Amino acid sequence: MVGALMVLPLWYLVLRAFEADFETVMRLLARPRTVQLMLNTAALTAGVLAFSTLIALPMAWLVSRTDLVGKRVVNVLAVMPLAVPGYVMAYALIGLAGNYGFLNQTFGFALPRPQGWWGATLALTLYTFPYLYLNLRAAFTGLDQSLEESARALGCTPRQVFTRVTLPHLMPALLAGWLVIGLYVIGDFGAVALMRYEVFSYVIYIQYSAAFDRVYASWLALILIAIALTVVWWESRLREGAHYARTGSGSGVGTRITRLGPLGQVAGWGFVSSVVIASIGLPVAVLAFWMTRGPLAASLPAVVDSFGQSLSVAVPSAMLAAMMALPIAVLAVRYPSPLSTLINRLAFIGYAVPSLAFALAFVFFSLQGVPILYQTHLLLVSVYALAFLALALGPIRSALYQARPSVEEAARALGHGPVSTFARVTLPTIRPGIIAGMVLVFVIAMKELPIAFLLAPTGFRPLSITMFSRTSEGMLLEAAPYAAAIIVFSALFVGFVLRHDKKAGG
Amino acid sequence: MDNPAATDATRTAFEDADIRPAAPTCPAGLIGGAAYAGASGPPLMIIEGLKRVFRAGERPAVDGVTLDVYEGELLALLGPSGCGKTTTLRMIGGFEQPDAGHIRMRGVDITDLPPEKRGIGFVFQDYALFPHLDVFENVRFGLHKLPRKEAAARVGEMLELVGLSDLAKRKPHELSGGQQQRVALARTLALAPPLVLLDEPFSNLDAAMRVETRQEVRALLKKSGSAGILVTHDQEEALALADRIVVMEAGKVCQIGTPDEIYRHPVSSFVASFIGRSNIVTGKAEGLGAETPFGRVELSKAVNGTVDLAVRPEQILLEPHEEGEAEVIGREYRGHDQLYWVRKGERRLLVISGPAEQIEVGARVNLRVCDCVVPINQDIQSLIAE
Repeated sequence: MVGALMVLPLWYLVLRAFEADFETVMRLLARPRTVQLMLNTAALTAGVLAFSTLIALPMAWLVSRTDLVGKRVVNVLAVMPLAVPGYVMAYALIGLAGNYGFLNQTFGFALPRPQGWWGATLALTLYTFPYLYLNLRAAFTGLDQSLEESARALGCTPRQVFTRVTLPHLMPALLAGWLVIGLYVIGDFGAVALMRYEVFSYVIYIQYSAAFDRVYASWLALILIAIALTVVWWESRLREGAHYARTGSGSGVGTRITRLGPLGQVAGWGFVSSVVIASIGLPVAVLAFWMTRGPLAASLPAVVDSFGQSLSVAVPSAMLAAMMALPIAVLAVRYPSPLSTLINRLAFIGYAVPSLAFALAFVFFSLQGVPILYQTHLLLVSVYALAFLALALGPIRSALYQARPSVEEAARALGHGPVSTFARVTLPTIRPGIIAGMVLVFVIAMKELPIAFLLAPTGFRPLSITMFSRTSEGMLLEAAPYAAAIIVFSALFVGFVLRHDKKAGG
Repeated sequence: MDNPAATDATRTAFEDADIRPAAPTCPAGLIGGAAYAGASGPPLMIIEGLKRVFRAGERPAVDGVTLDVYEGELLALLGPSGCGKTTTLRMIGGFEQPDAGHIRMRGVDITDLPPEKRGIGFVFQDYALFPHLDVFENVRFGLHKLPRKEAAARVGEMLELVGLSDLAKRKPHELSGGQQQRVALARTLALAPPLVLLDEPFSNLDAAMRVETRQEVRALLKKSGSAGILVTHDQEEALALADRIVVMEAGKVCQIGTPDEIYRHPVSSFVASFIGRSNIVTGKAEGLGAETPFGRVELSKAVNGTVDLAVRPEQILLEPHEEGEAEVIGREYRGHDQLYWVRKGERRLLVISGPAEQIEVGARVNLRVCDCVVPINQDIQSLIAE
């Protein structure tokens, strides 16, 4: 059923796209603009991937392979930017510049309003590099020192060791990180819209909301989905070729720590602090600046109301996602079959398909299929649950893998039926996994923008929408408290990631 | 250490040669075996023709297993890994559905009942304690149909029985392996099931704990009056613990009997080599005697024709003689006895003698068999003879 829910709306998207006759379609697609959009999307993705690698790779190396002073603090600081969503980062960059901006008011010089490729790349890089950092750090820590030492013994210089041994071993982690970031960039809408950079999701939004050319919007959405799926396919192909697990039976020796001299320490911290200033210091400072400009207390009730609206969707979404993920996970872990594998794959559609395209599909689906659902909370909650199903599925599935089947069988032998066994044994054992999955979905839904934008019921003004529309109208002052609320809340998410990360590491 | 054919840890390359590897054939339809001597009344459970095929086209994991268990009896299912003993146990417990065959308990066919309706206890190899419940709650888990007070009283009783009253509030991960096992046993016995199934119950304990624990478990089962079916690949464990042993190989039952019967009267070369060790030789039999490479030996039962004979290493005496028929090619001193490998013609034999014997490697010896020898693989052999 869940699988059908995933696929059916996408079918409507296709239907809508093929409403137009062939000639119109060709005219739409062959426009130079479409080519330009593709180039822009590719340029943005490449830019963000390149810059985030330039930040994340040295950062991960410093934390995992050197004796840099205060590594623990650096580790937290490197993950913290996750608390600043791309559109908030864009807000910060915009609020920094301009005549009334932070820089001009504080230091007396004005930067032009950042926009276009540079602006979008910067905003997205500063938000997304922690995903890559987390992957790379794990890879650095997991890399067996004896491999590098054998390479040295076989006559490689340290530089050769890095390019011939270390780097290839980091490839799976790089690919995994790039996939997450790439999909995010392709699907992102807030940051590119604020930066007025014309990529697919931005134009889809314009087409849908202003021009209201639904056929063109559907085609763009389909292209966007095609790009995303290509990225997924490409990543999995590359990863297939990568077999980098240790093959020996001996235990790994652990990782070697490079000693940084005093100069190295200074350089290391110089690098870390410039990244931290840009990714955390900047949004916090800009927000603080704008918050002090206006009467904070006056806007408080509105912010609280908006927060409540976000909650009213995020909480049921998290619960629904967990409820859908539970049977899928049980099916996959306890009753593996080609069908359960297929259902699991389908569950990841929501993750791979860019949110804007996903939301658009549901707009068409509800308008044509079940008009009564259009612009209802129920629809928004369902789409959130489907879009973030994969997030809930992960922890629940791993919890089930860890729960031994013999424990369930023991309950059966002690006279409990299947239902009683599930309620009294299975559920309590996998509860931490269920909670983890729900928290992930909940926090993501709290700050989600594109889906909310397309599917918002009338009068629904959650934090993300309010903040985005104020910023895009240039009302930076009014947007500040909402942005602050999002950051504070997202910091909780980061705390959760760090806790999870620590558990996995320990 | 897990090799069941070795009674000790001193296997060497010598013995692989002529302690003939167990032939994978069990004489069909010959499972022998008397009923349980301590039986009072009809069997508690009768299993007939149990069969389980995991993958179509492959050899069945369990192929026509037939056996019975009496009230209060402790039965061991013994065999090498992959012989189908655990699958048999799981079918009795209701965790696998047989493709053919029936399981009857006290006259009722329970083949199609789900596990929770069978009233059969199961102690898992990994104990399967509920990690989210403490010891007390674990033991109480199956007593959900009793009133709270009665259940609590029963749990107290069980914990006292297994000597864990002090640890009632501990979580499973705070217990040692032996303690976990006693909790698992208490949890199962709390329901006073007529039959308890135990899947390799001692395999997760270290060697020293194992010997101690198994007598404890046997005593607990006997005290509770429950019958037990124990799955093991360790012949020493089965011999030491069980009232009767069911030897299985390749999904089939080879022999059922008391430990003494199984050891002294193995029906096949597989049983003879799997339980203890045997020199398998061929002889020409005529009634209660047979001509063998050792000369004339007495047989434990009358047969005619060419027969396979299982000669236990301790049944062979070595007599040093300058022109002896055999040569000592290896010797291993073990304190309470000695192992000798001797070569007679093309054949290598294993001999166990007392610790006082002083025969050097390279010496010539004569061999003498000093006891009745058991004809094996007998149905096939006698068919050929007729």
